[in-house]
Amino acid sequence: MIKTDVVIIGAGPVGLFAVHQLGIKGLKSEVIDNLDKAGGQCIELYPDKPIYDIPAVPECSGKSLTENLLQQIKPFSSNQHLNERVQEITEKNGSWIVKTNKDKIFVTPNIIIAGGVGSFEPRKLPLKELSKFEGKSVFYSVTDKTLFKNKKISIFGGGDSALDWALEFSKNSKVTLIHRRDEFRGAPHTLKELEKLKVEGKITIKTPFQIDSINEGKEISFIKIKNDDEKIEKIETDIVLGFFGLIMQLGPIAKWGLNMDKKTIKVNTENFQTNKPGIFAIGDICSYPGKLKLILSGFHEAALASVECFKRARPNETYKFQFTTSSKEIQERLGIKK
Amino acid sequence: MPKITFIDQKGNSKTIDVANGLTVMEGAVQNNVPGIDADCGGSMACATCHVYVEDSWFNKISKAEDAENDMIDMAYNPKKNSRLSCQIIVSDELDGLVVTTPEKQT
Repeated sequence: MIKTDVVIIGAGPVGLFAVHQLGIKGLKSEVIDNLDKAGGQCIELYPDKPIYDIPAVPECSGKSLTENLLQQIKPFSSNQHLNERVQEITEKNGSWIVKTNKDKIFVTPNIIIAGGVGSFEPRKLPLKELSKFEGKSVFYSVTDKTLFKNKKISIFGGGDSALDWALEFSKNSKVTLIHRRDEFRGAPHTLKELEKLKVEGKITIKTPFQIDSINEGKEISFIKIKNDDEKIEKIETDIVLGFFGLIMQLGPIAKWGLNMDKKTIKVNTENFQTNKPGIFAIGDICSYPGKLKLILSGFHEAALASVECFKRARPNETYKFQFTTSSKEIQERLGIKK
Repeated sequence: MPKITFIDQKGNSKTIDVANGLTVMEGAVQNNVPGIDADCGGSMACATCHVYVEDSWFNKISKAEDAENDMIDMAYNPKKNSRLSCQIIVSDELDGLVVTTPEKQT
């Protein structure tokens, strides 16, 4: 069990800046994120796309923004719990109990939800019958490569992940790569290698094809694919792999009893608290009249939420507003030596 | 204002007025058209505003860029006439545009 002043759900730019705003007020925070690294959408969706509307930063990438934020929060002893998703929030004796899918438990007076549009989950193939084979013979990510040796593998997708795994598994398995159009998107050397293996007959490529059906029964033995002209082909298959990137799912957040507006959480604009005292929502996931889904708006929301978090975490202390330029207390917390 | 019609997989249709210059996605979101999620807010990063454009309209709309097609690869059940509605900018020429929303946006 981890006791902390604030649990932050989401390690995107807004969640990370919340660590800073809480930290300069002397509050400890713990950050939980479903991804394997900090940065949220900035890292997962557009690491290299330029961003032009961060105040006083004329241009930066999602990656550099994340790196700078991580640098900015270094002075604060905040832990990141990555690859973990918050499953459950319950109230006990005036505190919030936060439980993750890895059974980690946090006790805190404050929760800040900075969850963007939810947690990232792999996109799946549009064929319901495949779901019962997930984790056995249908996979959307590769964790144990040994499962894919000496098999007949059908790989769906046209991007880097699909191509990289097709090349890798073609060394020991019979690989069919299936994509909805003729163009593949990958690094030039990957595309070259793919072409070479295709010519050598070591990889079969089927385009423009998509999944149509699978055999009935307890195990996958073949799949059928079809193209735009409804032409159907049968492919003997033991394993199906799909690589369609990630999608954001709201997930368990919808079940926490918060006032929702579609996929967003309603907050007041004084402190970005939800209908539950001590639970805040900031960044893309919150909604209020005039809300803009901008990173800069999320930073403002983090600052205001952190004030209320202070009042709740330190009920016997008086909150005093301070500037980083002049407050010795803040500068000490930032580890600045003069 | 140009009228844009959205038809879902059950055949229900909704026609809305969308001001010139907005995207079809923005029009849908502002008018609560079901079936358009637009998780990323129009930055062409999520493919959850995916629509099928009726054949007669498909060629009248400026062609999708590579980056859009790459995103459509990720969409649920993409077809030849798939587009991301955040990349279709409404103009007088598109008055009467009809798009179909997919079964789901994941």
